[in-house]
Amino acid sequence: MKFQSPQTVDDAIAMLAADTNARVLAGGTDLLVRLRSGHISPSAIVDIKHISGMRDITQEDTPEGSGWRIGAAVSCAEMGEHAGLVAAYPGVVEGAELIGSTQVQGRCTMVGNLCNAGPAGDSVPAMVAAGALIRVAGPNGTRDVPVLDIPVAPGKTSLTEGEFVTSVFLPARPDNASDAYLRFIPRTEMDIAVVGCAVNLTLDAQGTVTAASMSLGAVGPKVKQVDASAIVGSTCDDASLDALAAAATEAATPIDDKRGTIAFRKDVSGVLAKRAAKIAYTRAKGASA
Amino acid sequence: MAKDEFQTREFKVVGTRVPRPDGLDKVTGRARYGADMSAPGMLHGYCLRSPHAHARIVSIDTSAAEAMSGVKAVVTRADFTVTPEDQGTRDILDNVMADKKALYDGHTVAAVAATSRSAGMKALKAIKVEYEVLPHVIDVDEAMKPGAPELHEGRSQESVPEGYSQNVLARSQYGHGDIDAGFAKADVIIERSFTTAATHQGYIEPHACLATMGNDNQGDLFCCTQGHFLVRSTCAEIMGMESGRLRVTSSEIGGGFGGKTTVFLEPVALMLSKKSGKPVKMTMSRDEVLRASGPTASTSIDIKIGATKDGRITGAWGDFRYQSGAFYAMNGALGAMCGFAPYDLENLKTVGWEVVTNRPKAAAYRAPGAPMAAFAVESVMDELASSIGMDPIDFRLMNGAEEGTKSAYGPTYPAIGLKATLEAAKAHPHWSAPLGENQGRGVGCGFWFNFGGNTSVSLMINPDGTVSLSEGNPDIGGSRASMSMMAAEELGIPYRQVRTIIADTASLGENDVTDGSRVTFAVGLATIKAARHAIETMKARAAKTWGIDADAVEWVDGAAQPAGPNAGKFPPLTLKEIAATMSNTGGPISGHHEANAEGAGVSFGTHICDTEVDPETGAVKILRYTVFQDAGKAVHPDYVEGQLQGGAVQGIGWALNEEYVYGEDGTLQNPGFLDYRIPVASDLPMIEPVILEIPNPGHPYGVRGVGETGIVPPLATIANAVSRAADVRMTSLPMSPPKLLAAIKAK
Repeated sequence: MKFQSPQTVDDAIAMLAADTNARVLAGGTDLLVRLRSGHISPSAIVDIKHISGMRDITQEDTPEGSGWRIGAAVSCAEMGEHAGLVAAYPGVVEGAELIGSTQVQGRCTMVGNLCNAGPAGDSVPAMVAAGALIRVAGPNGTRDVPVLDIPVAPGKTSLTEGEFVTSVFLPARPDNASDAYLRFIPRTEMDIAVVGCAVNLTLDAQGTVTAASMSLGAVGPKVKQVDASAIVGSTCDDASLDALAAAATEAATPIDDKRGTIAFRKDVSGVLAKRAAKIAYTRAKGASA
Repeated sequence: MAKDEFQTREFKVVGTRVPRPDGLDKVTGRARYGADMSAPGMLHGYCLRSPHAHARIVSIDTSAAEAMSGVKAVVTRADFTVTPEDQGTRDILDNVMADKKALYDGHTVAAVAATSRSAGMKALKAIKVEYEVLPHVIDVDEAMKPGAPELHEGRSQESVPEGYSQNVLARSQYGHGDIDAGFAKADVIIERSFTTAATHQGYIEPHACLATMGNDNQGDLFCCTQGHFLVRSTCAEIMGMESGRLRVTSSEIGGGFGGKTTVFLEPVALMLSKKSGKPVKMTMSRDEVLRASGPTASTSIDIKIGATKDGRITGAWGDFRYQSGAFYAMNGALGAMCGFAPYDLENLKTVGWEVVTNRPKAAAYRAPGAPMAAFAVESVMDELASSIGMDPIDFRLMNGAEEGTKSAYGPTYPAIGLKATLEAAKAHPHWSAPLGENQGRGVGCGFWFNFGGNTSVSLMINPDGTVSLSEGNPDIGGSRASMSMMAAEELGIPYRQVRTIIADTASLGENDVTDGSRVTFAVGLATIKAARHAIETMKARAAKTWGIDADAVEWVDGAAQPAGPNAGKFPPLTLKEIAATMSNTGGPISGHHEANAEGAGVSFGTHICDTEVDPETGAVKILRYTVFQDAGKAVHPDYVEGQLQGGAVQGIGWALNEEYVYGEDGTLQNPGFLDYRIPVASDLPMIEPVILEIPNPGHPYGVRGVGETGIVPPLATIANAVSRAADVRMTSLPMSPPKLLAAIKAK
């Protein structure tokens, strides 16, 4: 097995394109586990950590304002320690900071979590709800795609030969906006989501929701974007939250497995939708105050 | 052993919290566990395991694997040419290497020894096994029905009535009085059915060993085990060699909880070593640990209890159906004996069933069979107390067993501590603390027999006055510290002056396994007697030095002194002084004791737990947990508290989330710690241990074993707390969120 540490995006692309059995290493918290368990036996490992920008969190100006670009090798713990990012996207950061243990969080990355293409990745729903764009580099140049275009099915991505993700972009948002992510696990940590739910919303000056998005994890083959219009025009009162919960329950298409039943996951989708919306609403109000 | 061993005394060392002798090695990584030993020229051994729950092995072709570079030996059942005489050992052989059928997902069918892991893994893939897949059965009640897929033929004992599948291997019955007459006198009768899932002991250290078999048919085995003498006899029988030709040394042990009281890899490693002529090391992955070692029985239990309005139980009945995996295990009988053991019952009948299914062979797990039985009995006790409007502790006190009570399993109790634990629980601030919304408090009692058994201990006085103590039981709960403390106490010297080691099988007489909570009791008793033996010799040496009669010497505070003014006037001779001159007074001094120890006192505990239930998700939070247990005498209170806390924690996992989940095809769906959910630290409150000391009359210091009783009450205690918090009676474990939410919604 070859271990390669490219210094540029182009070198990395060349290495990946030259060997279809090569694997990208950023945090390695999934890759190494699979290697050791014998599930994969790649012929080469391409470590992208030494490429410029891969470990950076930067603000990037757009016509809508200033957004956040997070390099593909930024660890989830580094996100949690970045005050500006935490203030802007608390829901995205809290999802990232739920992956694995403290030790794992020091290594693991959101992009790895996304490219793992598991239905239950904790960092994915909040990225979807935020409308994040994923930057993909490859032999044919660079493209920016919505989060949900990356996973295709459990364990499968849309990335083609020689392509890899270089960064995540979280778009600019108004001050009176916020987000939240909640997951249900049978334990209190070190676990995998049985249901995950992210809500992203924007308020007007009176505290009325003017825009909202929601996404659910672990209730389908990939993360689901769910219509959150039930709370638009409301102040997240009980009736509108119940309607949001009903929409989440309705949209969830889980399976029965060792982690939960269909009925349980549908119920809990609704419960988490309500609770995540309340948290996001409180944060947005706080942000605008 | 006399039952009047106990004598009141003032302790100097026993009862203190001295530093543990293994602590530094363990925190610095210096301790040698099963996988930490290597040998020159060593090979690595790996098992090929059945992917099917039940399949006939039509053929195994190992020729391609044998021809591969780096592969030094391949073994299958055909290499094990000796048939052990004892059925239990034949079962162990069948379990470690499948015979004509693979009986569960993960059952070993072949093994290889290779020069590297990658060569070994490639060799496993090159072994061609042709299987004829057979129908399988996983559930205990299904397995008992006539027509169920059957694992064995002609193995049912005579105790099994007509009309059952051959999967039912045994039925046993206990009790006394007339239950029909008893139930006729009851004002209230409650009858419920319960189920519990199979759980694994969850020890951190996977099974591992290093085996060396020479072509002179002499062997050495280093392994992680709770009992290296048992490993020796079992492996010697399977290998067809004399016990004395196999030396077994136990490693440091990273948990066992009963799961390391048998063998898995050891005979396979010995056979690979014999065939290859090289040392062979084998280590299980976590996947292998969960699929092929452990677990405990899953159960289906019916309980019926009747009581008068004023709280007196008039009759009790229980039917305990336990599946123990693919081979016989006595678990249902233990459930039938233990479930009602805390109570003084006039009319009782219990029946225990031993059933086989296509799952791994059950191994012991901390008070094997008792926690599930207590879950069922204590749940009905709780409901019965509520139905007659009585406090659940008062109801248990009114019916609790005490000295003179005829126990549920036959014998009459000597002095016991059950009521003391109940009184302590009732008086503790926890019992009367206020509860909030969606919160509930549960209480439960538990019992375990405890055990004595074969024990051999040697104690050597070293020339510089230090003391070396050899015991033959792997230290799984602090026995090196406890033995050093008891030896120091008896000899009258400081704790630091004694070092205890675990000797190999060639260095001491036969020692039973570290199980049955036997070690602090039985090995402690032998240690005290070995110390007394050495003291007698030291007194004789002092007498010789002084030229007086040995009977005229007494041992006080670590020194020999004349027994009185008539014996003569000599300054005391300390242990150190006697040791310094021993080569001139008769040579080395040592003490030894060996016995099949009797008089292990039974043990009782009472637990209280507060839970909070999220009514929207079924999630349970353990808010507060207090354990009350009788330790007889706590030799090292830190270790005793650790045992009580550990039992409660494992019980919390068993009650809430731990579960063997099988697919439709009979394969285990969760062979890893992600989906086999033992509690993590943040799931738990501080478990408060309350140690009671009601001396065991059968031990010089009053010691009772404490290792197992702590896991007996939690299942029921938590179920009672959750049932009260959610206002719905939970009768199936684990009370995982999907199950609890469904029950709440069905209210």
